[in-house]
Amino acid sequence: MLRRRLNRWLGRDERRVDSRSICVGHRSSSNNEAFIPPKFCDNRIVSSKYTVWNFLPKNLFEQFRRIANFYFLIIFLVQVIVDTPTSPVTSGLPLFFVITVTAIKQGYEDWLRHKADNEVNKYPVTVLEQGRRVRKESEKIKVGDVLEVDEDETFPCDLILLQSSRDDDTCFVTTASLDGESNHKTHYTVPDTEKDLESLNATIECEQPQPDLYKFVGRMHIYKTDQEPAMRSLGPENLLLKGSTLKNTQTICGVAIYTGMETKMALNYQGKSQKRSAVEKSINAFLLVYLCILVSKALVCTTLKYVWQNKPGQDEPWYNEKTQREKDTNLYLKMFTDFLSFMVLFNFIIPVSMYVTVEMQKFLGSFFITWDKDFFDPEIKEGALVNTSDLNEELGQVEYVFTDKTGTLTQNNMEFIECCIDGFQYKYQDAGTDLDEFCVTDGPVNKVQHKAGREKEELFLRALCLCHTVQVKESPQQGQGQRDGLMDRVDGLGTDGEGLHPPPQEQRGFIASSPDEVALVKGAMRYGFTFLGFESKTMKILTRDNDVERYELLHVLNFDPVRRRMSVIVRSKSGDTLLFCKGADSSIFPRVRQEEVERIRMNVERNATEGYRTLCVAYKYLNAEEYAQADAGLREARLALQDREEKLMAVYNQVETGMSLIGATAVEDRLQEEAAETMEALQGAGMKVWVLTGDKMETAKSTCYACRLFQRNTELLELTVRTLEDGGRRREERLHELLVEYHKKAVQDAPPVKAGVTRAWSSANHDYGFIIDGATLSMVLNSSSESNSSRYKNLFLQICQNCTSVLCCRMAPLQKAQIVKMVKNSKGSPITLSIGDGANDVSMILEAHVGIGIKGKEGRQAVRNSDYAIPKLKHLKKLLLAHGHLYYVRIAHLVQYFFYKNLCFILPQFLYQFFCGYSQQPLYDAAYLTMYNICFTSMPILAYSLLEQHICMEVLLDNATLYRGIAKNGMLQWGPFFYWTLLGVFHGLLFFFGVRYLFGNPALQDNGQVFGNWSYGTIVFTVLVFTVTLKLALDTRHWTWINHFVIWGSLAFYVFFSFFWGGIIWPFLKQQRLYFVFANMLSSVSAWLVIILLILLSLLPEILLVVFRKPRGPHAGQMKPVHSSAGGHQSPRSSARPLLMRTFSDESNTVI
Amino acid sequence: MMASSYNAKEEDANHPGAANHAGAGVVKSKKPDNTAFKQQRLPAWQPILTAGTVLPAFFVIGLIFIPIGIGLYVTSNNIKEFEIDYTGANIDNPCYNCAKNFSWNSTAQCVCAVTFTLEQPFESNVFMYYGLSNFYQNHRRYVKSRDDSQLNGDRSALTNPSKECEPYRRSEGSPIAPCGAIANSLFNDTLQLYHIDSNGTLNEIPLVKKGIAWWTDKHVKFRNPGGNNNLTVAFQGTSKPVNWKKPVFELDPEDPENNGFINEDFIVWMRTAALPTFRKLYRIIQKKPSTTPTLPSGKYVLNVTYNYPVLSFDGRKRMILSTISWMGGKNPFLGIAYITVGSICFFLGVVLLIIHHKYDNRNNSADISN
Repeated sequence: MLRRRLNRWLGRDERRVDSRSICVGHRSSSNNEAFIPPKFCDNRIVSSKYTVWNFLPKNLFEQFRRIANFYFLIIFLVQVIVDTPTSPVTSGLPLFFVITVTAIKQGYEDWLRHKADNEVNKYPVTVLEQGRRVRKESEKIKVGDVLEVDEDETFPCDLILLQSSRDDDTCFVTTASLDGESNHKTHYTVPDTEKDLESLNATIECEQPQPDLYKFVGRMHIYKTDQEPAMRSLGPENLLLKGSTLKNTQTICGVAIYTGMETKMALNYQGKSQKRSAVEKSINAFLLVYLCILVSKALVCTTLKYVWQNKPGQDEPWYNEKTQREKDTNLYLKMFTDFLSFMVLFNFIIPVSMYVTVEMQKFLGSFFITWDKDFFDPEIKEGALVNTSDLNEELGQVEYVFTDKTGTLTQNNMEFIECCIDGFQYKYQDAGTDLDEFCVTDGPVNKVQHKAGREKEELFLRALCLCHTVQVKESPQQGQGQRDGLMDRVDGLGTDGEGLHPPPQEQRGFIASSPDEVALVKGAMRYGFTFLGFESKTMKILTRDNDVERYELLHVLNFDPVRRRMSVIVRSKSGDTLLFCKGADSSIFPRVRQEEVERIRMNVERNATEGYRTLCVAYKYLNAEEYAQADAGLREARLALQDREEKLMAVYNQVETGMSLIGATAVEDRLQEEAAETMEALQGAGMKVWVLTGDKMETAKSTCYACRLFQRNTELLELTVRTLEDGGRRREERLHELLVEYHKKAVQDAPPVKAGVTRAWSSANHDYGFIIDGATLSMVLNSSSESNSSRYKNLFLQICQNCTSVLCCRMAPLQKAQIVKMVKNSKGSPITLSIGDGANDVSMILEAHVGIGIKGKEGRQAVRNSDYAIPKLKHLKKLLLAHGHLYYVRIAHLVQYFFYKNLCFILPQFLYQFFCGYSQQPLYDAAYLTMYNICFTSMPILAYSLLEQHICMEVLLDNATLYRGIAKNGMLQWGPFFYWTLLGVFHGLLFFFGVRYLFGNPALQDNGQVFGNWSYGTIVFTVLVFTVTLKLALDTRHWTWINHFVIWGSLAFYVFFSFFWGGIIWPFLKQQRLYFVFANMLSSVSAWLVIILLILLSLLPEILLVVFRKPRGPHAGQMKPVHSSAGGHQSPRSSARPLLMRTFSDESNTVI
Repeated sequence: MMASSYNAKEEDANHPGAANHAGAGVVKSKKPDNTAFKQQRLPAWQPILTAGTVLPAFFVIGLIFIPIGIGLYVTSNNIKEFEIDYTGANIDNPCYNCAKNFSWNSTAQCVCAVTFTLEQPFESNVFMYYGLSNFYQNHRRYVKSRDDSQLNGDRSALTNPSKECEPYRRSEGSPIAPCGAIANSLFNDTLQLYHIDSNGTLNEIPLVKKGIAWWTDKHVKFRNPGGNNNLTVAFQGTSKPVNWKKPVFELDPEDPENNGFINEDFIVWMRTAALPTFRKLYRIIQKKPSTTPTLPSGKYVLNVTYNYPVLSFDGRKRMILSTISWMGGKNPFLGIAYITVGSICFFLGVVLLIIHHKYDNRNNSADISN
């Protein structure tokens, strides 16, 4: 109620209405109903967060929402308000610094966003206004504008298609950047709209914007002067979505219906959620511990203070009277302010500077990834890209790798390798060989001495040319006229000689939903049979003899994953009706004459084991009667309203029988360079690799074999639609049965896994691979009953976790994300990494802890949404094993060290309270308190955390197992944390009491003069600075000149600063506490001796530990590199050939 | 429907025209520099601490520390120190009456004489300290209760002392000089030392009151307003600290170089002690030019003008006579610590040597097979 009213108040009346009406071209309808054009939002895209005016307040608010910042703000305010031992400057200055740096950074980022917004919003579009074409800025588009869009442009807003330059009133669109489907979709103009948009007078009524990409309901009223208004219904096939790209169509005109932030793309906008690394979670946990330490310290001190003050004469001796105000203050209020004062005094235990240092480390550290020349790919002339630096260390923690198959594991570059006709093997010699040779040398080169009859060959090749759903791409670069010319030329080839072949087929574009089909068509082309394209319902092919043959396409029996075959029924010019069928061997063999099978089966099996994708081709003559029957069956089934699918399937099955097998094909989907080696390395590093693909199971499986994810001895557990249907029982039951069975096999019978370093895959002698497909997965995840659902999920997860590799095929993008999410939230919350190259991987890239985009050929969508982008899959190895490992070790050490150094910084101050009447007297001078974390000890650890290589990179790359050493956040578990805390406590105690015993007699100079409290603090502080710095020096395994410079420089700076600070009477200081304290300290031999002694004593246990501890990894000098047994049949070939079936180019990839 | 993300930045590459520069903007299209730093290949020293490398260090440390420790211990032991409590907390203490009858208002001075015996003669310079116990000079309220600019001779701070000095900032309307709790509680017992001859006569031992404060404090940090002459004028308009018996310009009327703020007793007091039990240098007994010890063994009398009450907060007052070595006063801690650490190092060295020797071969082979 209230909300509705509010909405109305805010002028959002429009939302209450279920539909919006739009005047096409702003021409108000002829009927005289007063039409008030409703207000719609403009086409401006706003992704920026701030404006100049609200930047300061909004940014400050955002920043102080971070708990750490808020905490420091509180401390600062307490210091300002309450009489505290340290001045507000000590904590205010660092806080101000942090806030300013962050604000500048965020401001800069927002400025970039503004710039990008502007670029989009100012992008010129063509609007038709009163018959004129007006160039406008994209942001000025209003609902109802009629826009003209050219080929390869993206739609600037959601449009209703009114007119297309194609004859058939269609246009092709690729929505790769919206949903990852890269095939061309056909959209239709609104039927019966006039060709002349000028005179079109229509209104559109459609639903309010909603995010579902595939739903749209609307209707269009067309008013004609002489007729009754006509009404047309509008559906998703009329709607062109912002973000999709026009393809294969010269221009279209459409009317804008949703603009700006109301487009379906914008509504689908899913803000990149802030990913937090496990390290950050550890930091927060540690912070909590330190906060507890802090509070308890303050509590202990406050309590003791009041206990101590209760003794007579202690609270207010004659020499130290309170001011009148103090006397008047309420006791409890005093207690509270005392507590706060202690908090302030000890608050350095939680260092502001740690956040700064961690941020700096991450930011600067990420440059090493960008700079790494090993990530540079000469092909695309780009190196790695870091989109977020927050996750550097997460790269060293990955437990699950989810990889896309197409374009990631494979190059998505199908190549026809060989075929087998009638049992004879034909191998295409080499991709580089000139084409003409084949035409001249009488057909395919024949490896086997014998060859099939020419007739069979040609039949086979015709089958390849006809049995597909490929379209010939009309070259976008060339205009219409040129294109026609080209076609003519091709057509005319029939009479020309061999010399005038069509331009190299790589330039000929084929468009298909499956790259295999393109490969087959191209394969056939190599053998002399070229598919020239459709002409309405006629397919044209150019035969080896340069004749153009025309076939009338009668029916396409579509491919579906269950049938796993597709067929076409064509009629040749001679009137014969032919059925060509191609499909997986398992689905073809039962449908052909058995005597033909054996000869081909051998070939198919050989090809399959080599990792090729095999298809069998069969044909059948249909006599008139048969055809009539099939035709009638098909038509009837297509029109059926109920069970259409089942009926169609039945007819298909009926038609596709009794065929003759002609041959088989082998297509190779080339693996990415070093895919197998990379996968092997990842598995060696203890990561589990899951392949999530939308591809068919067979293909995916063969890729897995080729990548060595499945080995020969891997036992495959299959949970797919096929296996579910085997039993002939209800799917649910079968699913349950299989799950239990597999669980027993993989989980219960598996040898008990030793926790810790040895993991399942290293100890288990039996490898399991698990295969599941999308349909089954959704059954597992969304089982009918609640109880089953969680149980299945558990079983499924347990099985998967005990398998070396898991293959999930036929996955929808969202399902990929679901899987990642499921694993992410499973027990132990493992760190997941997703790698993919296409828009369909975006969801899983966003979902996983670390998302990696491959700068592949499927556009930039994945790259933009990823956290890191690399040019090739093979770079993943170095990114994880070397960079990730090092980053993790660096930051883990950084964090632990920071807590440690602040603990031993503050502990003496805490202990001092016991000796100064719990009066919050700081042990160190304010300058030291402030500078400790900023200047004296910050640089060495920063340098360490940027440069440390405890094991050098080559060794890390050679020994993938080293990665396991830091698995499960090993260096930031409570164990190491406890160790560091203990060390800090030990050092703190040592520093304080060492100096305390020295000060048993404060006459430490040879002239009998005595030292005071500031000398005490300075000695402790000197020991502290030297110890923590040298402790770091002990931990440094990789001393570059920078480390030397920074470590020794820091110490020198400390000494220099102390002299300087104590050498001058500072006019702005109220108290000259440190005046010549440091110099006097150094003039005392005893002070020197105690400093040396304490430093040495503090480091002694550390040195001992280093000696006794087993070296963390074999060092370059000592170890014999273990070479991963590389090789395999998949020799990486780098192919720079342009991809044909990827018809959308880089720029076509629009964001969703 | 897939989860997808929208970002305007991404969109700029969609338009053919924008593709090129958008790509260049997002991605560094240049080939990364092949510098050692950027490739993380800076030449580096990679020390590996092993038993072999650490072993000599342990022995060396042991061998250095033990002699130092012994030296320190011996030195400390050679330092002669005598300490006597003259608080007068007990009835048998000569100062009992003075302590008992102490009152801020009394004008009469209470003097008590404490006799003691030095068993051993004190050679070379002897330093005389006063020690206080349970006196929290390091209490925060106390430590900050001073005005260093006033003490540095700043005129405006003289007439308008810092707020930190509260409640010892003003008395009867005029500013206190020196202000603050530290100055107010200046130790004002007067100690005099007499040697009792074999024939019973008291010989006053000359006590030097200069050279007890840090040179820099005396000459830079502390300054009288308007030079050292005519302090009476300089301090006009200020009042003495409430617990003082005389104003600051009468601290040492005989010596203008030791009067006012640059009075060394005052400067020493102003350097707040680190711990509630502390000693401060009071006087120096110069070595006699002859070979006779500075303080020969025998009986002594300490004449105390008892002005400083400590019993109210359960404090104690001591007088300490001590010789000084290069390491300062007597403190066995350093010597013992050095001997201990040196021995530990040496011991560890031996243990490591044994381990190293025993496991050396086995380790080597293990390393290689690793």
